[in-house]
Amino acid sequence: MPEPALLTLEGVHTHIGRYHILHGVDLVVPKGRLTVLLGRNGAGKTTTLRSIMGLWRASAGRITFGGADITAMATPDIARRGIAYVPETMGIFTQLTVRENMLLATTSGRFDEARLDGVFALFPVLKQKWHDAAGGLSGGQKQMLAISRAIVEERRLLVVDEPTKGLAPAVIEHLIEGFRQLKQTRTTILLVEQNFHMARSLGDNVAVMDDGRVVHTGTMAALAADEALQSRLLGLSLASHQ
Amino acid sequence: MTGAKARPDWAPYLVLPVVAVLALPAMAFPTWLTLTVAGAAMGMMLFLMASGLTLIFGLMDVLNFAHGAFITLGAYVAVSVLGRLAGLGAADSVMLNLIALAAAVLVAACVSGAVGWAFERVIIRRVYGSHLQQILITVGGLIVAQQLVIVLWGPQPLQIPKPAALRGSFIAGGAAIEAYRMVAVALGLLIFLAMHLVLNRTRIGLLVRAGVENREMVEALGYRIRRLFVGVFVAGTALAGIGGVMWGVYQEIVTPAIGDEMTILIFIVIIIGGLGSVTGCFASAILVGLTANYVGYLSPKLALGCNIALMVAVLLWRPRGLFPVAKQ
Repeated sequence: MPEPALLTLEGVHTHIGRYHILHGVDLVVPKGRLTVLLGRNGAGKTTTLRSIMGLWRASAGRITFGGADITAMATPDIARRGIAYVPETMGIFTQLTVRENMLLATTSGRFDEARLDGVFALFPVLKQKWHDAAGGLSGGQKQMLAISRAIVEERRLLVVDEPTKGLAPAVIEHLIEGFRQLKQTRTTILLVEQNFHMARSLGDNVAVMDDGRVVHTGTMAALAADEALQSRLLGLSLASHQ
Repeated sequence: MTGAKARPDWAPYLVLPVVAVLALPAMAFPTWLTLTVAGAAMGMMLFLMASGLTLIFGLMDVLNFAHGAFITLGAYVAVSVLGRLAGLGAADSVMLNLIALAAAVLVAACVSGAVGWAFERVIIRRVYGSHLQQILITVGGLIVAQQLVIVLWGPQPLQIPKPAALRGSFIAGGAAIEAYRMVAVALGLLIFLAMHLVLNRTRIGLLVRAGVENREMVEALGYRIRRLFVGVFVAGTALAGIGGVMWGVYQEIVTPAIGDEMTILIFIVIIIGGLGSVTGCFASAILVGLTANYVGYLSPKLALGCNIALMVAVLLWRPRGLFPVAKQ
């Protein structure tokens, strides 16, 4: 029996200034699964995530989260419904300490110590850097902080934009392991990723975007097994990116 | 994986002591001490006037050219309050004199803050994101505010009675130190420490510091940054009002242009300090005060342009100011 949808986009159009970026995006993110959004540069993946978060307003269509229409909601209200967003730029406050960055993501201003221990178990380096300015972290450490900030309290959905961008292979493996452990907690994740090795390792479902539309949806296993489909949708084979 | 440990940048902290020490051989010690205290006092008043503007620009990205209007408002409120409390101000008691001044400061902060709230709700909120519109509308607001001051208090310059005990000076280290300047230094330090504590030890302060760097991410974490904007604008204009009281009482005369005349100097202060940085504003205000006093004594003809020259020199050395604020 398929998992119920947690997030649904129906015919979403988004304009940025006079540019029409999304041309009717339809997407379903099932509860408790990791959905990967694939597509070439400029396909509209980041715009889709920003439209979900209300950072760029959808000009037409409908976005529902947990059954509620969030299309016209303000970004803080969307976040408070339980969506954690990790942008492509990571959104780290470089002049704040690691602790302060994490503290901002707590609703009460206090840490749940047990959950914090879980985060440290996932990314131990953050415990060592706890009182250091986040601006002094390496790129990989910043990405770990960005993801930790998103999970420091229980969220209903994680929206993560290209977490492996510009990172060294060893760091990417570490992140994959981190996401794998998150998946075991049945956290629902929508992940934009260009690294096909990571996408294939983690994805339960996949949606492929092109020119502002979703042109394919299905299971990652089916896409990974079908080289002809990979070639048609992505212009390459997943097998060649392991 | 190991991030490079950021080395602390001590250079901007050394600027003030270096400038003070460099001036010492050029004059006698008592003169140097008098000028240094006078410069620090002027710097504290500049800090009070400028700190609100740097916060407003840093967090809200709003160029508020009407900031001078809130300084003017504070100075005129002081005229009214100290006029009504003339008995306290003229009493032969330092405590009663300070109570009169404190009352003027409190009332001015409340009035400026309340007008600032209305100004943000009615005018500023419509021009978020457009610097050109902000400049046009806030310059317009400044002109309207000046005319309203003329309507309420009249066009003629008004005497502002400095409390009796704060008029004199005392001798320390062979230098004559004005009592009022010491009060200005104390109040400036108090407000700087209070701002420092709020910014570094409270959740609101954490949000302000985060918002200065990346407003969008603060919203994505679930915080309504517009509410924070209103709070910061009110605090910034209240601080301008306090600065107006201290500057007006120092000048002992108030005109409708008192705030407008300070606008350029205040912008110089926040640019030298690093736009959005309270610590930078504090250091820069004292630097400007000290430089103006030293240069005014050593070479009066150069005094007029020394602040501009100082800004150029600092920006050539550090293009984003002494304490640059990271922006995303």
